[in-house]
Amino acid sequence: MYAFNYHRPASLAEASAVLVANADAKFMAGGQTLLPAMKLRLANPSDLVDLVALRAELSGIRREGDRVVIGAMTRHGEIATSDVLLAAIPALAGMAAIVGDPAVRSRGTMGGSLANNDPAADYPAAALALGATIVTDRREIAADHYFLGLFETALEEGEIITAIAWPIPKRAGYEKFRNPASRYAMVGVFVAERADGAVRVTVTGAGASGVFRATDFETALTADFSSAALAGVAASPEGLNTDIHADAEYRAHLVGVMARRAVAAATA
Amino acid sequence: MPTVSMTVNGKTVRRDVDPRTLLVNFLRNDLRLTGTHVGCDTSQCGACVVHADGRAIKSCTSLALSCDGMAVTTIEGLATGADLHPMQEAFRQHHGLQCGYCTPGMIMTAIDLVARKGHHLDEHTIREELEGNICRCTGYHNIVKAVAAGAEAMKAPAEVPAMAAE
Ligand SMILES: Cc1cc2nc3c(=O)[nH]c(=O)nc-3n(C[C@H](O)[C@H](O)[C@H](O)COP(=O)(O)OP(=O)(O)OC[C@H]3O[C@@H](n4cnc5c(N)ncnc54)[C@H](O)[C@@H]3O)c2cc1C
Ligand code: FES
Ligand code: FES
Repeated sequence: MYAFNYHRPASLAEASAVLVANADAKFMAGGQTLLPAMKLRLANPSDLVDLVALRAELSGIRREGDRVVIGAMTRHGEIATSDVLLAAIPALAGMAAIVGDPAVRSRGTMGGSLANNDPAADYPAAALALGATIVTDRREIAADHYFLGLFETALEEGEIITAIAWPIPKRAGYEKFRNPASRYAMVGVFVAERADGAVRVTVTGAGASGVFRATDFETALTADFSSAALAGVAASPEGLNTDIHADAEYRAHLVGVMARRAVAAATA
Repeated sequence: MPTVSMTVNGKTVRRDVDPRTLLVNFLRNDLRLTGTHVGCDTSQCGACVVHADGRAIKSCTSLALSCDGMAVTTIEGLATGADLHPMQEAFRQHHGLQCGYCTPGMIMTAIDLVARKGHHLDEHTIREELEGNICRCTGYHNIVKAVAAGAEAMKAPAEVPAMAAE
């Protein structure tokens, strides 16, 4: 790891100011992605802005009418076991429960994962399917306009995610085929029937440019929200990843399998 | 250099550190608590697991500075004098180790598991929860048995002589 200046700001404004003043500065939340990347010298921030002192301000899970608002610094382990979330959006709590392993879940945060937008991360699939709103220190960004590609998001320089607002769906399910070594998604599929009846099917882990919607699956499920409705629907390998773990054909196959299982979970 | 202070195994420690110092290196090199191991240094193996404010974390994936003000417990902080912690004793009894390299992390993870999921743990739960702890020797069977037995033993403080005597 290369040397950096360490900052531990006590306010959002102070944290953002360090990033605005230093082009190569970075925020750190749980550090579960950033520190491994720094050790490999894939990330070399000049200044590290540890958000740890903002944890009280930026964490917590509360229901606000027809949505659940989750603070950006809330950890995966807290999300997985939240009674509020288990009652409102069990599929999202269940997703948090299978991010990494217990030690990763006791440090890693929802905001960190969404800021990073790893193409194999779990939350992007949920955000795009449920229509989450990414709340920052400056504005609110709809999930539809937030994910811009591999590790790319709509966040600007020094913009901090403060919370994520999740509309409560009628029903939802997530199924993930885990890479057995890394525990990230080789393919993960989230299905949701939103409160207004709109159906979304999103795929993570498979797309060459990150999370995407599987519109053929959406059409089939809009007509009939059952796994039987997906019997004849197949994903195309075009635009899917090929790597040492799986080729695009295999990933396309897994999209179908995970989608059917996710619908089964949502309708169980 | 910035200063970090925290409580480690009940004792307050304070040191000047290079900001890059990982918690595991702080524990091993600065404090000479070498029971916490580095297996991979890439956040995969769990040999470095310690408790920070009561939660199991990978000490290779946390800066020492981020733990400023926290209470950290390492494998050295579990035994009471010559009496092993019930989870340590269970690993001994059930032969839950061979080379022992993964063992400190396994035990710290197991104790955190008991804190979160209680004393009656089925095999499936234990295997799921040990997902982030890799053992190159044992094939896990005896580790799983040890964790189940240790979890049960942890609920009976009267059986721990040091505590009964107090
Ligand atoms: C062994 C292992 C297995 C894992 N498995 C999975 C998995 O199965 N699925 C999965 O989805 N993830 C997985 N992860 C990643 C994990 O979920 C991370 O916790 C998460 O991706 C990043 O969250 P963090 O809080 O640790 O962020 P950090 O590592 O601290 O930061 C990540 C990035 O986000 C930025 N950032 C952080 N917080 C904010 C904020 N509030 N506002 C703006 N920018 C911010 C940082 O600057 C940095 O660029 C795994 C990690 C490990 C080590
Ligand atoms: S040394 Fe920390 S996870 Fe392997
Ligand atoms: S006992 Fe040798 S690695 Fe587990």
